Amino acid sequence: MDLNFTREEEEFRLKVRAFLEENIPKSGLGDGREGNQDKAWLERAKAWQRKLYEAGYVALAWPKEFGGQAMDPVRQSIVNDELVRAKAPYLIGSSGLGMLGPTLISWGTEEQKKRYLPKILTAEEIWCQGYSEPGSGSDLASLRTRAETVGDEFVVNGQKVWTSGAQYSDMMFCLVRTDPEAPKHRGISYILINMHTPGITVRPLVQMTGDRGFNEVFFDNVRVPRKNLVGKLNEGWIVANATLFHERNMLGSASGSEQRFNRLLALAKSVNRGGRPLTKDPVFRQRLADLEIKVQAMRLHAMRQLTDQIRGRNPGIEAMINKLVGTELNHDLATAAMEAMGDCSMLARDDERALDKGYWPYEWMFSLGLVIGGGTSHIQKNIIAERGLKMPKSR
Amino acid sequence: MDFGLSDEQLQLKQSARELLAAECSTAAVRKAMASEDGTLPELYREIAKLGWTGLIVPEKFGGAALGMLDMAVLLEEQGYAAMPGPFLFSSAVAAEAIIRGGSDEAREKWLGGIADGSAIGTVALAEDAGSIAVVAKKGGRLSGRGIFVPYANLADFIVVAARSEDGQVAMTLVETKAAGVTIRMLKNLDLTRRLAAVDFDDAAGASLSGGESLYRRLLDVGAVAIAADSLGGMQRALDMAVDYSKVREQFGKPIGSFQALKHAAAEIVADLEPARSLVWYAAYALDAIPSEASRAAAMAKARLCEVYSRATDRAVLMHGGIGFTWEHDIHLWFKRARFNESYLGSPAYHRERVAQLGGY
Ligand SMILES: Cc1cc2nc3c(=O)[nH]c(=O)nc-3n(C[C@H](O)[C@H](O)[C@H](O)COP(=O)(O)OP(=O)(O)OC[C@H]3O[C@@H](n4cnc5c(N)ncnc54)[C@H](O)[C@@H]3O)c2cc1C
Repeated sequence: MDLNFTREEEEFRLKVRAFLEENIPKSGLGDGREGNQDKAWLERAKAWQRKLYEAGYVALAWPKEFGGQAMDPVRQSIVNDELVRAKAPYLIGSSGLGMLGPTLISWGTEEQKKRYLPKILTAEEIWCQGYSEPGSGSDLASLRTRAETVGDEFVVNGQKVWTSGAQYSDMMFCLVRTDPEAPKHRGISYILINMHTPGITVRPLVQMTGDRGFNEVFFDNVRVPRKNLVGKLNEGWIVANATLFHERNMLGSASGSEQRFNRLLALAKSVNRGGRPLTKDPVFRQRLADLEIKVQAMRLHAMRQLTDQIRGRNPGIEAMINKLVGTELNHDLATAAMEAMGDCSMLARDDERALDKGYWPYEWMFSLGLVIGGGTSHIQKNIIAERGLKMPKSR
Repeated sequence: MDFGLSDEQLQLKQSARELLAAECSTAAVRKAMASEDGTLPELYREIAKLGWTGLIVPEKFGGAALGMLDMAVLLEEQGYAAMPGPFLFSSAVAAEAIIRGGSDEAREKWLGGIADGSAIGTVALAEDAGSIAVVAKKGGRLSGRGIFVPYANLADFIVVAARSEDGQVAMTLVETKAAGVTIRMLKNLDLTRRLAAVDFDDAAGASLSGGESLYRRLLDVGAVAIAADSLGGMQRALDMAVDYSKVREQFGKPIGSFQALKHAAAEIVADLEPARSLVWYAAYALDAIPSEASRAAAMAKARLCEVYSRATDRAVLMHGGIGFTWEHDIHLWFKRARFNESYLGSPAYHRERVAQLGGY
């Protein structure tokens, strides 16, 4: 065991830090996922990702021929930590960077990699995830959006729902049913759909936060080239799970928790309760320390997994808990912050008296959304028990 | 021994449930949420006719002269419906202030109006005496700021916890139209309620008798009222999650057939039913067991608000993606629970009171 970074890595970290200090957009993007999502916002968000990419700080571990730098995962994790530390805006191309990209690198054809990966990096093409349907959420494999093969095209009909970012996405990685006769896991294919194709209708849905974050997406005879199939026909389930693995690690990321804890701590220091800072309140102190312990455990847990990755070891049950623990922890952190704010937690984020720039009311709600999105906590527990511990299935 | 609601109280509860199901559907609640004032004026008139607004007001002022347990029964149903408007603050807390501390003149002036719905009162109470930020000069003139004052926009008067120049708690009634009263609305997370910041600049008020003991009494009444509202809201969140679990299917079965959801629902019930008893006891104690009233109120507020928040949080999860939408109603209770938890003192604050009043 050796927890030191090499000298080169430390220098690299300082370089990243200096770059971020200089270049982070000062305003207009927000530090969460909110934002009013008009055209100007979108352009600013894309410009930020592009700038970061040009500086060499996006997808460092990706292969060189597709715009990456083939660096080891430590560099990427240093960048991730620094982005969080600097409270950098959320990357608009996250679904492509964190979910589709890694999937394509493992499963895509050379042509697909060449065609799609570079534009993911530069935010020229924004991706959304077309998995959930009205009748298929937790039971994703029951999905019914149909794709029939006609000549060298798929013709897609059906509906997706809760599709985050579809309102501004150019492309969707989408699960479709290509064999309705086969058992449910064996008739699914993974295809890439251009969102500007005729026959696609996107209808924004308002979230409990009041923002338009996700959408309904309708497909009416939408034509998709056969070459947009990822993996084999009717074998999309395995590709879908590869993406889910990346998604769940992203949602449960420990660096986000650490930053939220620091923010919570600063908030608690600034709040006066009974004539002293809340951090000196014996009860709240315990609560804070308990949260910090959990955050620290997840941070170290991430280092352990990073090490396994470098050593080329396949992730096991320890990775299955990332999404469950990470998202519940983030929600606990936000809930603690709401409590810390006392009466001010009754205020909406845009009230001028809202503490900490109104960050927490939104975070409190959104973090609950992420306990649901990407597979709910209940489903994560089923996976841990059934796939991880091999306990008998009840379904 | 008889620890249960009377037939009359059960009837009151039932008729309140039915009335609010008809007149305070979530469509109506959403109308109030989107409105400026945050209330449903017609519903308010209707419940006034039914005698709700004067429930605890003495008969000679047109009230029903009932007790806090009856009030708790009504408030529970209002919580169940997420009823918007000033009822809790006016007819439970402000009414109590005038009944207990008002001069004959103040009682004459306000109680009839509260009872028939033509007058609305509210309260500006800091949750602990140490943080009172309004100063009362001799003769009841007020200066300072009362923040988080519910429905000051609709109120005719505000019962203000102030501090006299000699440091005593001075409960003072101020009319909102008095010179020197400035009301500014805050933006609420829970849109089924409205809050304001009220500035007093040498505003003329009338002293209420009772000082610190009246102040404590109002905090206790308010705590029990919020606890009762929470009880109803929690029941509603549970009902919604359970109903949904019976109709939503995944894996070819109703999701309610999965143990994860059964256990989640059962845990809510296991929190809810003992908590119901805390509310009944606290409400009863306010009228019948003065020596226990404050501690019972603190217990009810601490416990109910904690379990209400937890139950609504898990109820959102039990709905999956649809629970995270604006369109679905579950967030109304999720956010109302947040309000209830903070208003008039957090669970942590009330647990501390339980310990202090218990002498440990
Ligand atoms: C903020 C947010 C963003 C999202 N973004 C996207 C996106 O970009 N793309 C996309 O495809 N989807 C997205 N989703 C959808 C998300 O993946 C689904 O909401 C989630 O998988 C749950 O599915 P459902 O909504 O159909 O709920 P359901 O599956 O109907 O679940 C309802 C309840 O039943 C429980 N349940 C169901 N089955 C079981 C079981 N077998 N055992 C125990 N409990 C069970 C669930 O845990 C939940 O509590 C998003 C969701 C949210 C909230």
